[in-house]
Amino acid sequence: MKTSLLGKIVKYASAIFLACIFSFPLIFMVMSSFKGKFQIFEDLRSWKAFLPVGDVNLDQYAGVFSRTPVFTFFLNSIVVSVLVVGLGLFVNSLAAFAIARLKFKGQGVLLGFLIATLIVPFETIALPMLFMVNKLPYVFLDETGINFQQGWLNSYSVQIVPFVASGFSIFLFVQYFKTIPKELDEAAIIDGASFFGIYRKVIVPLSGPAFATSAILTFLAVWNSYLWPVMSVQKESMRPVQVGLDYFFASGTDEGMPWGQIMAYSTLITIPILLVFIVFQRAFVSSVASSGVKG
Amino acid sequence: MAGETIHKKREKGKTMRRVTSLVAIAVVSGLALTGCSSSSSAEPTKVTMWSHAAGNEQEIATVEEAIKDFNASQTDYKVVLEKFPQESYNDSIAAAATSDTLPCIVDVDGPIMPNWAWAGYMKPISISSELENSLLAGAKGYYNGELYSAGAWDAALGILTRASYLEAIGARVPTVDAPWTQAEFDKVLADLDASGDFDYAIDWGNGWTGEWFPYAYSPLLQSFGGDLIDRDTFESADGVVNGAEAVAFGEWFQGTFSKGYANKKQTGDRTEFVNGTIAIQYNGNWAVKDAYDKYGDDLLILPPVDFGNGPKIGAASWQFGVSSSCGETESAGANAFIEYILQDKYIVAFANRIGLIPATAAASAEVPNYAPGGAFAGFVDFSNDFAVKRPETPAYLFISSAFEKAVADIINGADVQRSLDTAADAIDGDLADNNYYK
Amino acid sequence: MKEKLAETGRKMNAVRLPFLEQTLVAREARAGVYYVLPAVLLLLVFLVTPVILAFTLGFTDARLSSPNPIQMTGMDNFSQLLKVAKLDMQQASGDENDLYDKVREQTKPNSGSEYEGMQILSESVSDDKKSGSYILAGDPLFWKSLKNTLYFALIVAPLQGGFALLLALLVNSKLKGRVFFRTVYFLPVVTSMVVVSILWLFMYEESGLVNVVLGSVIPGYQPISFLGNTTTAMPAIMVMSIWQGVGFHMLIWLSGLQTIPGELYEAAKVDGANSLKQFQHVTWPGLRKTFIFILVTISIAALGLFTQINVMTQGGPLDSTTTLVYHAYREGFRNQRIGYSSAIAIAFFAIVVTVSIVQRRLTRDRD
Repeated sequence: MKTSLLGKIVKYASAIFLACIFSFPLIFMVMSSFKGKFQIFEDLRSWKAFLPVGDVNLDQYAGVFSRTPVFTFFLNSIVVSVLVVGLGLFVNSLAAFAIARLKFKGQGVLLGFLIATLIVPFETIALPMLFMVNKLPYVFLDETGINFQQGWLNSYSVQIVPFVASGFSIFLFVQYFKTIPKELDEAAIIDGASFFGIYRKVIVPLSGPAFATSAILTFLAVWNSYLWPVMSVQKESMRPVQVGLDYFFASGTDEGMPWGQIMAYSTLITIPILLVFIVFQRAFVSSVASSGVKG
Repeated sequence: MAGETIHKKREKGKTMRRVTSLVAIAVVSGLALTGCSSSSSAEPTKVTMWSHAAGNEQEIATVEEAIKDFNASQTDYKVVLEKFPQESYNDSIAAAATSDTLPCIVDVDGPIMPNWAWAGYMKPISISSELENSLLAGAKGYYNGELYSAGAWDAALGILTRASYLEAIGARVPTVDAPWTQAEFDKVLADLDASGDFDYAIDWGNGWTGEWFPYAYSPLLQSFGGDLIDRDTFESADGVVNGAEAVAFGEWFQGTFSKGYANKKQTGDRTEFVNGTIAIQYNGNWAVKDAYDKYGDDLLILPPVDFGNGPKIGAASWQFGVSSSCGETESAGANAFIEYILQDKYIVAFANRIGLIPATAAASAEVPNYAPGGAFAGFVDFSNDFAVKRPETPAYLFISSAFEKAVADIINGADVQRSLDTAADAIDGDLADNNYYK
Repeated sequence: MKEKLAETGRKMNAVRLPFLEQTLVAREARAGVYYVLPAVLLLLVFLVTPVILAFTLGFTDARLSSPNPIQMTGMDNFSQLLKVAKLDMQQASGDENDLYDKVREQTKPNSGSEYEGMQILSESVSDDKKSGSYILAGDPLFWKSLKNTLYFALIVAPLQGGFALLLALLVNSKLKGRVFFRTVYFLPVVTSMVVVSILWLFMYEESGLVNVVLGSVIPGYQPISFLGNTTTAMPAIMVMSIWQGVGFHMLIWLSGLQTIPGELYEAAKVDGANSLKQFQHVTWPGLRKTFIFILVTISIAALGLFTQINVMTQGGPLDSTTTLVYHAYREGFRNQRIGYSSAIAIAFFAIVVTVSIVQRRLTRDRD
């Protein structure tokens, strides 16, 4: 079947139209990051909001850097996100492998339990979680040697460990792994592979899109976490980027809300996730389907 | 990745063994240390402090300056600062209180202090009576008759507009002695609206949420003769927040929106007055600078309207206090620091840098904008003549929330009596639930 | 390698080795348990335990900051949350306000009546204003939140899921620059919801961009304050939410599309199937697992609507956008009623579980 010319035109036109819709507000964000607050709101009434017109400069970015320790926030968020993603991919895909490919007692119940974990909005368990991590023992190392303390507050661990296991990721992996032909496992066993071997040599190589999806979405969730760090992190040196956004919402000062700086900071904190997406999305250009679906 | 985890596990096993032996050593040496600790008291006592002003460069700079000077001025204490952004500061404090990790010196927003004191987060402070007496009423916080907090400034509300706007509609310029009456103000709004020069006549600031609502609008309610709670007993809001005077306030306030004088859903962050699309702005003294830079002498700073019981404005801003988890030695250091930072020198620095009203008269005289005859001196008069504190009760936190909801509904056209009744019932219910905060 | 493995697999099916299978089953069971253990343990500690704590709090009067000891209050929170009653009132004056006053006499705190502490949820007053019938609720905001939450989920889940599929098909087709388009469609997802909410808050203003754009397209258009209006506020938030989240689900559909072997399409083409037929017979059946995953996660996400509300409307105007999670958050953090907030959360869990079970039933029946 040949796609007609008309069909092609419709396809490209809609692709471009959608691209406009999806990028508009973000172009507005980036453009505003070069403007002062009065300019932003004046331009808001016309198409000027999308254009670098008027008093355009880099002052907002300079302001961001003097107002907040941007590099510290970025470093913290990167360390936390990378570790949660890395540990999470392994722990969750391994569990999913067991559920989707191996037979053991209580599998059904377990999957039900995992789906049930999805329904818990974090806002509803944040406080009990705080009570709890505050009672957990914690060991850490610093210049004075190894220390014990009660409570995990003010650490990377408190931002990482609770979010490694994810029902969402496991569920995602399970649904994906189930579509991989079962004969592959059996063949591998005949060839003498261990179960872990099947996971490593059969499942992982065939699941690029699932790993990419999980990695992107986990990174996104962790990068955007806000309520938990507000409650559990008291040191500025440990604070992640989203809490940094609050530094710009200081009302009751003679400069008001520095909207230009808010836009500049927002632009900055969006870049890393965009990079992660661009890196991982290559997994989607897989050989199987690229020749497949025709629109 | 699997290898990595296993490797980690192994390492952990090793560290665990090391840890146990280290613990033994630590215990022994710890015992040895305590034996001679009394003789070596060279180290100053660490006093932790939290500030709500992270990101507010000018304010933080002054706090840091005071800390540096204080630490250098003596050898007994060392104040260590941790900065928090205001937006989430109260949540951080609540979290710290539930996890027993409060610092020694805390920042607290004036009206919330009684709640924190009642909840056991804070304990009374002790500063010299000379200093205590010199501070403006709005810069001190009392609970159960004891001083719990003291601050370097207060804030004040006023009405901003331009002389040229009033001239164009032939309106009188009000003064502290002769503020606008309700009828006069109604005419000003109607005329400005009719002029067609503006999108809206007045910017009430209703795009801001949270504490701004009771801070800005409960003084209007009080000028009408209502209040947030019965201040004799602090045990009921019924008949006060929803009485006839309160309903008159609600009906009038709602009218300014339904008649199109003000924007119900306002989000432009109050830049409209400076951009020239709104004629009057109801705002705090901290926000005058932009308008003054733009309009210069044409800018008018006017007293709030007298709705029958005199003009009213809110009082009490951020203040310093001491947390209840602060030890005895540390508390002495905390109190010493609070006294130190409330020297006129720093009060002047705060006022000059963040544009708030200095907490002492002596400091006021040294701040050009607030000294008699200064550009913003009007705010000092408003603060002296019209200031009413938000009710000093632990219930305030809840009252604030209930009142905000009621006013938001009124702005959006809800039945005024019913909205205020709902607030009154909610407040009374909360009082009963908490055994009247005794 | 794949082909070789498949081949051996088929061979194995032919030759059965019972004794080997026996030990294999045991080994498999053991490996399975080991592999799920880390994830399950972490979830038990960091999810189940806090949930149990939250459940317990739902039966107490715990507060965020209070010197009073926490007390067990049994079902009190739930009875306030769920209590609904009907009250008929008559009076002679013919003034609607007098009717209301009589109702409030019953409902206000310390009234001693059985309706104490309740509020009017809805009412119908007779034409002569001499009698009225009132539905009272212990917490009208809960019912309004429930209604808004379901409204949001019912509209957003299918629209966002469907739209995401269209996008996925588009960027998965032979399209020049599809990597670029894919990235652009995903842009809103990578921007934090707080930032996105602020941007749209400005755009939805009466003088904001959405009105400017509509005004330049539609002649005689009257600008509206989208978020300031009870009828448009929720739809406005829906549009924004779909815009923000659709790239997320596009990604999941995409990963599902990858599982459909290309040969199936080749075969379909040989059979002369057109694009529509291909979708109907190859693509859609191949996406079944993905569909269930998306249905479940999208519904749960929609039912948990919170950030947009917190930033953009705070539940207003006139409670037209308040949601269950927002209500729980407000009661817990702003009003400090942790116990009551937990009770709302429990009710929320129950509702989501019900929705999920219904969905599973429905999707199972189609098999």
